[in-house]
Amino acid sequence: MNFDRFLAMAIKEIIQIKRDARSIAIVIAMPVIMMLAFGYGVSFDTKHIPLYLLDQEKSQQSQDFLKHFQASEYFNVVKTVDSYREVVEAIDRGDCQMAVVVPFDFSLKLAAGQPVGIQAIVNGTDSNSANLGMSYGEAVVSSYAQGLQVAWLQRRGQIRVAPPLSLDARTWYNENLESMATIVPGVVAMVMAVVGTFLTSLTIAREWERGTMEQLVSTPVTRMEIMLGKLAPYLVIGLFDTCLCAALGVWWFGVPFRSQLWIFLLSTVLFILVVLSMGYFLSVVGKNQMAASQLALVATFLPAFLLSGFIYPIDQMPAAVQVVTHLVPARYFMFILRNVFLKGTPLSLMWQDVAGLALFAVVLTILATRAFKKRID
Amino acid sequence: MIRDSRDLRKDPRDTRDLRDLRKGPEGAAVVVTGLVKRFGDFAAVDDISLTANKGEIFGFLGPNGAGKSTTIRMLCGLLSPTSGSATVSGIDVATHPEIVRQNIGYMSQKFSLYNDLTVLENLHFFAGMYSVPRSQLPSRISWAVEMAGLNGREKSMAGTLATGWKQRLALGCAVLHRPPVVFLDEPTSGVDPMSRRQFWELIHQMAADGVTVFVTTHYMDEAEYCNRLVLIYRGKIVASGSPLELKEGSMSGELLLVECEKVGQALELLGAAPFIQDAAIFGNALHLVVENAEQAAPGVKTLLAREGIAAGKVERIRPSLEDVFVSLTTPRPGRTP
Amino acid sequence: MKEGESPIAVRGLTKSFPGVRAVDGLTFSVERGEIFGLVGPDGAGKTTTMRMLAGVLTPEAGEVRVAGCDLVKDPEGAKQRVSYMPQRFGLYEELTVDENIRFYARLFQVKGKACEERAARLLAGAGMSEFRGRLAGKLSGGMKQKLGLVCALIHTPEVILLDEPTNGVDPVSRREFWAILYSLLGEGVSILTTTSYLDEAERCHRIALLHEGRLLFCDTPAALKANFAGQVLSIVTGDPRPVASLLEGRPGVGSVMVVGDGLHVVVDDPARVAQLKNELAAAGVTASIEAVAPTVEDLFVEAVRRGKG
Repeated sequence: MNFDRFLAMAIKEIIQIKRDARSIAIVIAMPVIMMLAFGYGVSFDTKHIPLYLLDQEKSQQSQDFLKHFQASEYFNVVKTVDSYREVVEAIDRGDCQMAVVVPFDFSLKLAAGQPVGIQAIVNGTDSNSANLGMSYGEAVVSSYAQGLQVAWLQRRGQIRVAPPLSLDARTWYNENLESMATIVPGVVAMVMAVVGTFLTSLTIAREWERGTMEQLVSTPVTRMEIMLGKLAPYLVIGLFDTCLCAALGVWWFGVPFRSQLWIFLLSTVLFILVVLSMGYFLSVVGKNQMAASQLALVATFLPAFLLSGFIYPIDQMPAAVQVVTHLVPARYFMFILRNVFLKGTPLSLMWQDVAGLALFAVVLTILATRAFKKRID
Repeated sequence: MIRDSRDLRKDPRDTRDLRDLRKGPEGAAVVVTGLVKRFGDFAAVDDISLTANKGEIFGFLGPNGAGKSTTIRMLCGLLSPTSGSATVSGIDVATHPEIVRQNIGYMSQKFSLYNDLTVLENLHFFAGMYSVPRSQLPSRISWAVEMAGLNGREKSMAGTLATGWKQRLALGCAVLHRPPVVFLDEPTSGVDPMSRRQFWELIHQMAADGVTVFVTTHYMDEAEYCNRLVLIYRGKIVASGSPLELKEGSMSGELLLVECEKVGQALELLGAAPFIQDAAIFGNALHLVVENAEQAAPGVKTLLAREGIAAGKVERIRPSLEDVFVSLTTPRPGRTP
Repeated sequence: MKEGESPIAVRGLTKSFPGVRAVDGLTFSVERGEIFGLVGPDGAGKTTTMRMLAGVLTPEAGEVRVAGCDLVKDPEGAKQRVSYMPQRFGLYEELTVDENIRFYARLFQVKGKACEERAARLLAGAGMSEFRGRLAGKLSGGMKQKLGLVCALIHTPEVILLDEPTNGVDPVSRREFWAILYSLLGEGVSILTTTSYLDEAERCHRIALLHEGRLLFCDTPAALKANFAGQVLSIVTGDPRPVASLLEGRPGVGSVMVVGDGLHVVVDDPARVAQLKNELAAAGVTASIEAVAPTVEDLFVEAVRRGKG
């Protein structure tokens, strides 16, 4: 490792980035756009689900119950109807996504202390919003039920009632404020997985394509110097991008930041090393820019999106898939970031995930360096 | 006018209409007058005029970027001129590019063959493209196979052929429809000298049959095969004539070959001498451009002797096309160090 | 490098690619202060040979010693003392002339004043001093090649490998390029260059003609021409085709080529000139016959023909 040659590579790379409008766009615009797209796309679409109400009893109590749906910001009550037929038609036409039906014996059964079934009819064509709608519905119902239970117990003279625990822990979508807070750290991790890999995936392939590699490999520069010289500028850029995303999250989306900065920076550096090495590796293997960048998207976007716990909680995946998620570096970073932002967990409690990232960083850097041959055969 | 050309495009072999479109002198296959092509501020082709006659091998010689390809593209109706006019087989390339394309053969330096098609499949494809009449198809294809020397290889993939065969196959594809004018863009780049000679043999045969062959090249030695040459540089024609005429008539002085020791030192010495217009090293010898070779020779010998440089042969030689080119494109006979 | 050892010594060099033997048992050496030309058409094995000498392609068999270093054992060993300019422009088009030079200077650890002086001198020699701030991508073809050469020379290499350095370059820049090469010889370097311009071969001290991966011959251009078996005649005549058919097959007449102004004919003996003049006169042809020196192409074709026969 010779510092002059490393520096030569790094300076050259910086000049190239500076002169290439496309890479500047990727560096600045892509994280911001992705951040906003995911931030708004994932969270806001889930609010104001169009809802039909059918109250078969029309009692004081049933009206009172349905007011809870009207009050919820997750639902937009489009219409209150009188028959099943109207509900079915509305769902068929797409006028509503969901309908809630109160049975004719609602208040009678409640008064008798019997369990009451509230029917929810959900349009399942979009399973994600259907799931969300059901979860929100359940939340409304259980909070109403809890209220009833507390009132009932108080009437019996039991003043001190411990609220049931199950409510907060159901699903993370439920908590109206915290939903944004869970998504934003996930988006940061995802954006960096994609942008980081994409940035470097072009760098080696471009040199092969333009014919500059042949002259480069005929010089005394070592492959380690080439690799580090190329990654160093992107590491700085990646760090900048992550901070930009985090800042957007905190100041634009109002997500808390409860951890120490250095834990955030440490894990970010590790993760960026991972994704950059991955991009570099794909670039070496792909040998042309088109192939390398497509490989990069497939190899990072899909796993980071599906298997990191960003969209689907890992503990709800089938066991085999859960094992596979351990091979997705974004999983560790996602976990760390959520803790860093929301909980302020100390390093001692998540050192395994940080170590996981570090291991990936070391293995991938070595792999990427080894994959590159200073040869054209 | 537009309606006319559209009607003609339906059946480009309608000779009656073609005759009406033809203009320009008899016997001239390609006539170019004041042709200009600008890309923004840059004049790629800057006021070129030339005439190539029927049955002539017309060479267009110049370095990369001199404007050769731009000119050829305009003549093939692929690019419209900024100003000036050009006719090919008497048809105006600006107004009737489609008809021009039916009347020419074009072979690019990349030999636009389909490597994953066989020899025959390639020929059939190009025959289809140029609408070779079905009745003539078998005879044209066997002619092309024969010409390219590909008998017995009709089923080989074009991609597996050696460069020389490919080149001849590409020529065959380009002339299946018997065009009166053939454009060859850098036809022999990357072909070995044996194949190149065979190729030029074919070209001379075609010319003898009355086909006009328009060739671009940046190989100075290849230009020797042409009947007539124009030298093009920065979009302008700097000289024209037969190779011999160019070599004998267009240089501003005469060329003196000086064999000597320490050529580097000799170059410095002679380059500074007032009676020498230009000097360049060729291996163990120098080429000097002088006003008069006979008068300059003793002076050269004296100069070298004074510096103790032993000189061998000092004699007048005929300039190569490269010498001519260099002397014509160096505005004031300056010195190349 | 040991005393008396050639800066480039190649013995039995061989390299195959699937289906083709690109370089086949090549043996030659290049001495100090010499410009050696590998001459041949595309596909003859020139670039493959160059890449092996530059240490970027692994030889299949044979010995390669460059600047005293055995490249088969240690392909990286000679890189600090060798400079290689590949056929495709190897510089960064989005970097300026100066930035490209600095990049290569740093890679070879040429620093400070030494670097500045060397760069200034090389740029002046190439006539490019006023273009230092220009992007490499905006240079003309000839300038790009000269910049490539400047970058390749910044570390004062002992051995310079140039792959088709003047391909597609206009003749004026080509001459300048060669002038720079000659001026380097004073530094005691060895230059190995390839060219597919057979006429350019005459500028080298020694040439080796390559055909299908094999060496046809290797000597100075003058010696090769002197050893040419036969005499080349230039026959200038109005309508050369009938004359060609007249001459073909005559005793002592080898190849007959129609060229722009007439014919290019090889005969076995200079004494044939008189005989041909009589025969042409008898056939009523007016033609001038002149004995000319063989071109490198003549040498090449003759050698291939003999090799096959």
